[in-house]
Amino acid sequence: MKMRRLIGALILGIALSAGLAAVSGPATAQEDASKGIEQYRKMMAEDPFANPGLLYVDSGEALWKEKRGTNNVSLEACDMGKGPGVLEGAMAEMPRYFADADKVMDVESRILWCMEKLQGLDTGPVKKKAFSKSGEGGSEMEFLASYVSSMSNGMPLKPQLSHPKEKEAYALGEALFFLRAGPFDFSCESCHGTPGSRIRLQDLPDLSKPGVDAQKTIATWPAYRVSTESVKTMQHRMSDCYRQMRMPKVGFGSDAVTALITYLMKQAEGGEVQVPALKR
Amino acid sequence: MKTTIISAALLSLALTSVQATAGGVPAEKLQKIINSSFKDPDKSTEAPATPTWASRLTPDTVQQACSEARNHPDKDLAADMEKAAAASVKYPEDGKLLGDWKNGEKIAQNGKGLRFNDKVDEPSGGNCYACHQIDKKELAFGTIGPPLTEYGKNRDFSEEAIKATYAKIYNSHTVVPCSHMPRFGTMGILTIDQIKDLTALLMDKESPVNK
Repeated sequence: MKMRRLIGALILGIALSAGLAAVSGPATAQEDASKGIEQYRKMMAEDPFANPGLLYVDSGEALWKEKRGTNNVSLEACDMGKGPGVLEGAMAEMPRYFADADKVMDVESRILWCMEKLQGLDTGPVKKKAFSKSGEGGSEMEFLASYVSSMSNGMPLKPQLSHPKEKEAYALGEALFFLRAGPFDFSCESCHGTPGSRIRLQDLPDLSKPGVDAQKTIATWPAYRVSTESVKTMQHRMSDCYRQMRMPKVGFGSDAVTALITYLMKQAEGGEVQVPALKR
Repeated sequence: MKTTIISAALLSLALTSVQATAGGVPAEKLQKIINSSFKDPDKSTEAPATPTWASRLTPDTVQQACSEARNHPDKDLAADMEKAAAASVKYPEDGKLLGDWKNGEKIAQNGKGLRFNDKVDEPSGGNCYACHQIDKKELAFGTIGPPLTEYGKNRDFSEEAIKATYAKIYNSHTVVPCSHMPRFGTMGILTIDQIKDLTALLMDKESPVNK
């Protein structure tokens, strides 16, 4: 099974890079790239094991089950919100409040928490290298987030907003979504507040209201990004948006990011988890 | 004098709403979360943002007012904002508002500037094509803002329109209070010369925009 995934991913990876390399000019490159991705998606539907992101899921599963840290245990007893060791449907209900940490946590910050508390791992380096660089072939966080999230595939997003801290995170996230700041006066809403708009040729989902745009966008991270040939996570998406918004670097697993993800999950309520998705 | 009054009016408006943001979150709490969540991009550590970067974390009165109004300010606030925006516009000393449209096109194409991974010694671009159609030959244009094709022609290349265009780029709130468009001059993103070049891209008879 693993070998089949690997071969499928390699073949399609080669086909796609060749397709992308053959185009020229910004407009045609973009158009051909989206056509290429469309074709790629079709091929993937015919062979679901061809998505290169599945390699991350496999690596994540191996890493999840590996005994590590000063406690020499695996992450298998980690409680992602559905009880220790239960991963099915966990991501679809995150971020959520965790009593042991007295905090609302998203998938990635919870994984980090389990690495530290359960395994006794020094999570400093994990956090620092959470977003892999081009050519590195993925980070521990990207592997683990892909694996954990994939265990919610086919399930609808079910935001958890009953605990006061979950409600507070949602309200903070909503305020952050509309907050204009920085030299360009950008908020998330600047780009994601109107249906059917584009930045250059890139379609922009309207995330300011609940609906299909939000469902399709939020339920599909982590995703394999063809443009970077790597899997990117939700934490990375938030971080890179803030960079484009001309803000300082937003901290991995910071309260602002957790709040934003909580808000976005609510906008995407009911969206079917399909990860790792394939994105531009 | 007038500017002071307007700024004071804006400030008092912002201050009355400091208690709570539109989402019902205490503004103080929101600011605390922001300050603790953003790090200094010049350091690889978890260091909090240094003053230069930290200044971006606190919304100014215009940003605060627009965020709270969800970019739909009421009539009085909108009128005050328009006046304050107009007062912030600095015009070139020689009074010449049309620069070089060819350079304007380069600025309109350039999306770099002021991100933490951008070079600090290079001038910023305007990234106009991200949101607007401008020269029809460029097909990779965004649609967040209105198309600007035949912009000057549609305005008969009038002196008045040239001045309004310069002011709009310098501070977009002169025309649409709480516009989504950055305040390129007021916020120091582009220089007066760059804004002249962009004005020429839209208003010069020779610019491809008007061909």
